[in-house]
Amino acid sequence: MQFMLLFSRQGKLRLQKWYVPLSDKERKKISRDLVQTILARKPKMCSFLEWRDLKIVYKRYASLYFCCAVEDQDNELITLEIIHRYVELLDKYFGSVCELDIIFNFEKAYFILDEFLLGGEAQETSKKNVLKAIEQADLLQEVHTHIFSTTLIFLKKKYNPGPL
Amino acid sequence: MPAPIRLRELIRTIRTARTQAEEREMIQKECAAIRSSFREEDNTYRCRNVAKLLYMHMLGYPAHFGQLECLKLIASQKFTDKRIGYLGAMLLLDERQDVHLLMTNCIKNDLNHSTQYVQGLALCTLGCMGSSEMCRDLAGEVEKLLKTSNSYLRKKAALCAVHVIRKVPELMEMFLPATKNLLSEKNHGVLHTSVVLLTEMCERSPDMLAHFRKNEKLVPQLVRILKNLIMSGYSPEHDVSGISDPFLQVRILRLLRILGKSDDDSSEAMNDILAQVATNTETSKNVGNAILYETVLTIMDIKSESGLRVLAINILGRFLLNNDKNIRYVALTSLLKTVQTDHNAVQRHRSTIVDCLKDLDVSIKRRAMELSFALVNGNNIRGMMKELLYFLDSCDPEFKADCASGVFLAAEKYAPSKRWHIDTIMRVLTTAGSYVRDDSVPNLIQLITNSVEMHAYTVQRLYKALLDDISQQPLVQVASWCIGEYGDLLVSGQCEEEEPIQVTEDEVLDVLEGLLVSNLSTPVTRGYSLTAIMKLSTRFSSVNRIKKVVSIYGSSIDVELQQRAVEYNALFKKYDHMRPALLERMPIMEKTATNGPTEIVQTNGETEPSVVEPKHPPPVTQPANQANDLLDLLGGNDVVPVIQTTLPTKPASAGGELLDLLGDLSLSGIPPMIAYNKNGLKIDFTFERANPNPNIAVITIHASNTTEADMTDFVFQAAVPKTFQLQLLSPSSNVVPALNQGTVTQVIRVLNPQKQQLRMRIKLTYTHKGSPVQDLAEVNNFPPQSWQ
Repeated sequence: MQFMLLFSRQGKLRLQKWYVPLSDKERKKISRDLVQTILARKPKMCSFLEWRDLKIVYKRYASLYFCCAVEDQDNELITLEIIHRYVELLDKYFGSVCELDIIFNFEKAYFILDEFLLGGEAQETSKKNVLKAIEQADLLQEVHTHIFSTTLIFLKKKYNPGPL
Repeated sequence: MPAPIRLRELIRTIRTARTQAEEREMIQKECAAIRSSFREEDNTYRCRNVAKLLYMHMLGYPAHFGQLECLKLIASQKFTDKRIGYLGAMLLLDERQDVHLLMTNCIKNDLNHSTQYVQGLALCTLGCMGSSEMCRDLAGEVEKLLKTSNSYLRKKAALCAVHVIRKVPELMEMFLPATKNLLSEKNHGVLHTSVVLLTEMCERSPDMLAHFRKNEKLVPQLVRILKNLIMSGYSPEHDVSGISDPFLQVRILRLLRILGKSDDDSSEAMNDILAQVATNTETSKNVGNAILYETVLTIMDIKSESGLRVLAINILGRFLLNNDKNIRYVALTSLLKTVQTDHNAVQRHRSTIVDCLKDLDVSIKRRAMELSFALVNGNNIRGMMKELLYFLDSCDPEFKADCASGVFLAAEKYAPSKRWHIDTIMRVLTTAGSYVRDDSVPNLIQLITNSVEMHAYTVQRLYKALLDDISQQPLVQVASWCIGEYGDLLVSGQCEEEEPIQVTEDEVLDVLEGLLVSNLSTPVTRGYSLTAIMKLSTRFSSVNRIKKVVSIYGSSIDVELQQRAVEYNALFKKYDHMRPALLERMPIMEKTATNGPTEIVQTNGETEPSVVEPKHPPPVTQPANQANDLLDLLGGNDVVPVIQTTLPTKPASAGGELLDLLGDLSLSGIPPMIAYNKNGLKIDFTFERANPNPNIAVITIHASNTTEADMTDFVFQAAVPKTFQLQLLSPSSNVVPALNQGTVTQVIRVLNPQKQQLRMRIKLTYTHKGSPVQDLAEVNNFPPQSWQ
């Protein structure tokens, strides 16, 4: 995979993960152009398109578009499964995920992605293992002295203010 | 200094902004606060500030001043700091900046950290954005981690190694030993990433590929793992809709593909498992189809048995009927890849493919179109063309050019009859005329001239099309050319194929003149129609009308048009005797692959025959040995034999050539010279420059005879040094009349790209008073202007 973008129906970027070296300017241009192209597509169209010299796989979940650029030899259908797996992970982590969760906890969305994919390839195919790793890593996060610090662990993660 | 506001707080605040300007103001305020906080080297809140910066960066605002802060976070001992620091590095830094190299040491330390999650962060960052220098420095650490027993780290190290290899291919060897027992792991994460690593190595290095192929354990091992995945019962951890770890299955299939390609042994070892996967996989959900898709790709690429290949094509055929358009798309793509090798098998699915032309999705339509063209053959041409022409009618503009070209190609290859061919072309020109490629106009004209018996039919149809619509330029150009050529057939109503139309000369001229004045016509089109009108002057009787039109355009603003009109005028006035010959019917053109288009470019859109059967036999046959004699006699090897070509009667063409033929003396300003004067035979040379090529000197010889007897069988030959090229055109006659009663003229064209001094050797043979005469001479007195 070369990159993954998450964006809303208004074209606002919610997550951008780049696996190829590109300057900020180039990234901005690609994001802008690709987002326009995908938003212009009708709902009945298929999830794959050729764009510039890349294969693009995208799928819409509620108000968010998940879009990946893959290489020629990559299997488009399994890429759809990868996208779906990521959505399932987010769903499990946040508990019935919605776009707001990803907006307010974007850094966590990145952490989860980084436990699932590395360098553009899947590193772990078991949902359970990915979530376990995130949980453990979250526990390592130093929490600010907060009177509710001990109870935080039992609350849903999205309400954990953490040190940020 | 109050604590900087929290991340979520900032996000909430920014989202309340109602305008872009308001948002920008908030961001600027916060950035200022963050900057001063950075300046104060505040360790406690650095993490929070960088996180906020990353949010603002995602909104599109500049955040480069946070780059160094990310590095400080990475170096911190706190896990939270590291987590945000590495994230920031991946988002804000890229390998083009030198700053990123500062990370190297931190990453090195973290790769050896006591906490595996820190090690994980380091591996992830390196594997995602590590530059070549970083990879070189840290490859050793990665290799070490590849051998650890900790599967959490091992799987990450494997993918990190993939990145290192992509960046620094020479380091591949270093990871080879560690791959030995990667596949004996039980952990799926490690298995998956190991297969990716092996795939990367095999794809990059033929040596590695050979090494892994030779390893007799590898293919069986992969086959066994795959078999376990298929046969084993439900495993909740890796299950996706009833299929066990489809990600791993797909990657194994891909590795098998690479190992089995052009290798008989490996291919044989995997035949069974491929058949098993192909037949046992559930197809109700996307995940099953993903595996089938990969299986099909593998079967087609390796040396599989024919039964397996047929199985694969049938899977694709079933895909084509699937409701899911993604599956149909994937099927069409794969079929396109295999249509060359398994043509017959794909033909069986032709009707389904043709149905896909009507699909709503653009990508599917395109693939179906490409595949349809690939499937066209002599047997199905009529049916297929009907579908494709219908598609051409209704498709989006982005397809029209390609579809039109495809139709032309297919028609040329498989047309069952000339009439069908012309009809098909007409259909394309009338429905997609403006999308047709530029080079198809000359190709079509060439095709039309070749179908001699269809000329009347063609011109009639084109004329009728023009009456309907003059906006599509390629159609108009072809039509005007044809009317110019075959206008006589049109008015005489000779058409056999269909009901001949009644049209008068004036009506035809009205149409052509209409093209000249229409706003829709491009300059090229106007050129075509003016030339067509001119040609009709020898075919129609209303010459006066044509003369008038031509003279009007002599003062046209368009230089091209003006030039043509002026020359045609000259043709009417001074050279009327040459007009019929010049404007004669075009001969059948031979198709020349490379010459055709370039000639057209030089002559402004008109087609010119490059090699043509001579209109009349050459005045004197020149067997090859004569030329060789010249060589021998002259003895040197710096002489090039004469190329004697016959000049076909050219229709009115680009101005320069016309001038050559007419040999107007006053136009060049180079003084004539006497080349030879002996025994009553005098040969004068007159010069001009060929237009447009200034390196070509055009010399006209004028041979005159002062004796009382004619010189018959007169042949003039010439040879030039090697750096020149010479072309001799046909002479006006081979009798030089006595007593200066007339001259024989002949045109020589000399190409002198190096602008060297022109020299020539000439040989004259003729019969005088019954006896043959032969003479050789050197011509060295060329005026400097002729070759400078």
